[in-house]
Amino acid sequence: MMAVTAWNAADVAKRVIEKKDVFVLDVRNEDAFADWKIESDSFTYKNVPYFDLLDGVEELVPELPKDKEILVVCAKVGSSQMVAEMLADEGLDVAYLEGGMKAWSEHLEPVKIGDLPGGELYQFVRLGKGCLSYMAISNGEAAIIDATRMTETFTSFAEEKNVTIKHVFDTHLHADHISGGREIAEKTGASYWLPPADAEEVVFDYEKLTDGTSVAIGETTIGINALYSPGHTIGSTSFVIDNRFLLSGDILFIDSIGRPDLAGKAEDWVGDLRETLYTRYRSLAEDLIVLPAHFMIMDEVQDDGSVQEKLGVLFKENHGLNIENEEAFRSLVTENLPPQPNSHQEIRQTNMGRLNPDDEKKREMEIGPNRCAVKA
Amino acid sequence: MTIKADQTLDAKGLACPMPIVKTKKAIGTMEPGRVLEIQATDEGSLADLKAWSEKGGHQYIGTKRDGDVLIHYVRKSSGEEKEEITFPHTISNEELQQKLEAGAQIVDVRESAEFAFRHIPGAVSVPLGELEDRMAELDKSKETYVVCRTGNRSDLAAQKLEANQFQHVKNVVPGMSKWDGPVEEN
Repeated sequence: MMAVTAWNAADVAKRVIEKKDVFVLDVRNEDAFADWKIESDSFTYKNVPYFDLLDGVEELVPELPKDKEILVVCAKVGSSQMVAEMLADEGLDVAYLEGGMKAWSEHLEPVKIGDLPGGELYQFVRLGKGCLSYMAISNGEAAIIDATRMTETFTSFAEEKNVTIKHVFDTHLHADHISGGREIAEKTGASYWLPPADAEEVVFDYEKLTDGTSVAIGETTIGINALYSPGHTIGSTSFVIDNRFLLSGDILFIDSIGRPDLAGKAEDWVGDLRETLYTRYRSLAEDLIVLPAHFMIMDEVQDDGSVQEKLGVLFKENHGLNIENEEAFRSLVTENLPPQPNSHQEIRQTNMGRLNPDDEKKREMEIGPNRCAVKA
Repeated sequence: MTIKADQTLDAKGLACPMPIVKTKKAIGTMEPGRVLEIQATDEGSLADLKAWSEKGGHQYIGTKRDGDVLIHYVRKSSGEEKEEITFPHTISNEELQQKLEAGAQIVDVRESAEFAFRHIPGAVSVPLGELEDRMAELDKSKETYVVCRTGNRSDLAAQKLEANQFQHVKNVVPGMSKWDGPVEEN
């Protein structure tokens, strides 16, 4: 019998970033596979539900490549392990993903973006869902922006770096994933900041994040300056850190722009979105490095696993920033939008503190791709 | 009302793939047309069981929840779609809808689990296998409309009823699989 290897989500993340040839045999049911999968330009895929393989894998073997690593994936782990062992019995070397798509969806890969006075700026890439979170560190203190609900990852990272989390921000009230911001703040005693225009219905206390809010971390005081930039939500706020990095939230992405409809107010907010992208951002320095809260396609991920681009480059290359005609812009961001994220209403309610689902339910609510962008 | 099944499978506490592995095994030992109840705690079992049933030609009937336990009902493929309808007196779904107000006798001969999840208001549940024994519960003089999922089981039932001196028997074609009139569940 050949060997079956267990890969964890980090093993898969490494291969995605390094653009390795991997053959994914996804054994979830067809609907689940059609909805979302491990995205990579260098991976190839085959979907055969595990329940079609219960009588044996002999017929499947000839369809599998001989010259690539084979990874069997399912929702949690059991089915992929079973199929991997069946393939091994047929003489194949295969791996299965520990924790399945659930683990993949929750994996965060920390990538260093750059140095800050007395510290560094890290991006946490959630490859399975396209969410990006940030931690700025300076002289023993840290600030976190747009944390996902895997709060352990952030608190452990801070411990590893021997820093105290002082401030936790959300650029806006998220509709596609559950924020970990409030929980981190509660655990660590940090301040939790939200834009008040997005927080009218929240049921907890928070610090009001408004235009011009300035917060310092560390002795060398790197500044984190809030910039009111509505459009994706009415409260959406961007941050400029150390006059070098622009954290654009869900307003501006690398290859697309934010959608204004997730709170049901596309028509009302489209004007704000245009004003933000075409006037407010235009007045910023072009050499700012844009760090969004999401990516949509693997093309947006750099070779080092980070997602970033200079603002000046986006003004040239991002089609959403280059629509002269206001009406054309309006119709782009209000018509023919992609489907809204799964459970987006429940997710918003959870982020307001009005719903308190358990972990299993939270996972279920977040299943599937994020769909916060409009691609022109 | 508790839903009757011919066999029950306890898959509680088992993670994927075991609920489906066990279901497949259990179904394999059952007679065509019989209903299996599967108790599971794995949330993923719902989507997988639906997909598996569809592929295997089995009929996924429905799922109830009892706390954390999902109770699924699946009817083993009976091959009934291939059989022919021979009883000469039929009525279409649409025509039957017109008659609902008149208080006709509607006899639903599907399995009780199928009936429990979705049936025509006022219909009486008499599974085909019990028809012989329970015929006395029905009124021979009334207009009687016999319904099942696709018109096959009701075809057999209609023949039986007519042979037992029921006066006005009609088979509803095609039956519940295409029914878009009012429904209720137990």
